[in-house]
Amino acid sequence: MIPFTYTRAHDAAEAIRLGADAATKYLGGGTNLVDLMREGAERPGALVDVTGLPGAIEESQDGSLRIGAAVRNTAVAEHRAVRARYPMLARAILAGASAQIRNMATVGGNILQRTRCAYFYDGTVRCNKRTPGAGCDAIDGFNRMHAILGASAYCVATHPSDMCVALAALDALVELEGPGGRRTIPLTDLHRLPGDRPDLDTVLGPGELITAVVLPPLPWAQRSTYRKVRDRASYAFALVSVAAALDLAEDGTVRDVRLALGGVAHKPWRAERAEQMLRGRPAGTESFRAAADAELAGAAPLRDNAFKPELARRLITAVLGELMGDAA
Amino acid sequence: MSINVNGNPVELPGDPRVSLLDLLRERLLLTGTKKGCNQGACGACSVLVDGERIISCLALAVQYEGRSVTTVEGLAEDGALHPLQAAFIAHDGFQCGYCTPGQLCSALGMAAEARRGLPSAVTADLEADSMPLTRDEIRERMSGNLCRCGAHNGIVDAILDACAGGGR
Ligand SMILES: Cc1cc2nc3c(=O)[nH]c(=O)nc-3n(C[C@H](O)[C@H](O)[C@H](O)COP(=O)(O)OP(=O)(O)OC[C@H]3O[C@@H](n4cnc5c(N)ncnc54)[C@H](O)[C@@H]3O)c2cc1C
Ligand code: FES
Ligand code: FES
Repeated sequence: MIPFTYTRAHDAAEAIRLGADAATKYLGGGTNLVDLMREGAERPGALVDVTGLPGAIEESQDGSLRIGAAVRNTAVAEHRAVRARYPMLARAILAGASAQIRNMATVGGNILQRTRCAYFYDGTVRCNKRTPGAGCDAIDGFNRMHAILGASAYCVATHPSDMCVALAALDALVELEGPGGRRTIPLTDLHRLPGDRPDLDTVLGPGELITAVVLPPLPWAQRSTYRKVRDRASYAFALVSVAAALDLAEDGTVRDVRLALGGVAHKPWRAERAEQMLRGRPAGTESFRAAADAELAGAAPLRDNAFKPELARRLITAVLGELMGDAA
Repeated sequence: MSINVNGNPVELPGDPRVSLLDLLRERLLLTGTKKGCNQGACGACSVLVDGERIISCLALAVQYEGRSVTTVEGLAEDGALHPLQAAFIAHDGFQCGYCTPGQLCSALGMAAEARRGLPSAVTADLEADSMPLTRDEIRERMSGNLCRCGAHNGIVDAILDACAGGGR
């Protein structure tokens, strides 16, 4: 690890003042950044610790929930309102990493964690994310874990977060504050598809800080869940995961639905096409499968992950079926 | 700048690159805490910070200024093994012992989490008030601690024995 300076920020303004320099990075729990600094994939000259920034989990009058960026992953999954009103979010967090890591990881750090592509970690192979223009050894390499949707000829890496898949499905908003002021953007607009600039994970500007995540009210998300398929029963990244919420009308049609996929793309993948197809249609295996087919129609699997499109289709169908419950 | 380790105040290193794990092992010579992967993937380096379990290999020591760290060396009291340590012996909860310090600290943090009602990925009812520690619950909650010797059955038995009844 190259030497760096360490400072602790006490509020957002101080963090942004300290973090304005391009060689500076914000530090959450360190569970991703410290690892990448050891591997030389990140080389900041200064770290600004933002775990001490104020911000808890606040319930607003309108039913929305505001979660400070420094709140630990465990605290989000443990919060009573999250468990009762957004079970898919609690389940997504609990499906990620280990209990020890969740105790350290912050909301901001989880959102901005970088890909687990082994070629990105390995400084001896080509990676466009690590060194723009270098080429990508994953495209023709071991790519079982890699993307099937929205990838490019430059990068087939996936975003590894479970939490973000639920946030994408819930229409979460991300509050940002930077040298240029404040803005709020949908989480689904925060992460980029790789295109020809896979070195840019997100649309964040230099020195921009995540200050909070807001979950808009969504009463029917009480009926929601998260399911993750992985190579072992626990403590492994997703091959494919699904966050889903289902609102059934009295006549058995789908009044509304939320669907997002993990493990398939460079960003948490909101399955808008499938959602659109399902609204107003009779709930049931047939329409679930048709919607999943439509969402995966553009899938472009690689050498080692041809199983992913079918796995994603089955997972979508099964999870929506589970949410139908007794109505099925 | 100091940190408390097993009840003793300790100066923090001047170099922020030093991990909590290296501070414990290399500078304080508390070698009970093990370095398995140094990447967060094995749990051998698990310690308790103010009662919460974390992995010390990806923790920069400077981030823990003013906090209280408990390592495996801090579990026994007055020369008597902690009941969980005794249960590991009684149930053959180890073979080589390399993962054991991490398993012990992790299990104590885990038991506290379950007591205060934190659900896990296998908890059916997220809103339940109490979280009983079944075998399945223990296996899931302890999945961050790998054992290369495969002593998991004994580990689960030991934890069930010492922690599931609500003991300390
Ligand atoms: C062995 C292992 C297994 C894992 N398994 C999973 C898994 O199955 N599922 C999963 O989802 N995750 C998994 N993870 C990843 C884990 O969830 C992340 O490492 C963690 O969420 C990162 O949070 P942090 O606070 O530690 O971030 P840090 O490592 O501190 O930071 C990560 C990035 O975010 C930036 N950052 C942090 N906070 C802010 C902020 N407020 N504003 C702007 N930038 C910020 C940092 O500069 C850095 O670039 C695993 C990790 C490990 C080590
Ligand atoms: S040494 Fe820390 S998790 Fe393996
Ligand atoms: S006892 Fe050998 S690794 Fe667990």
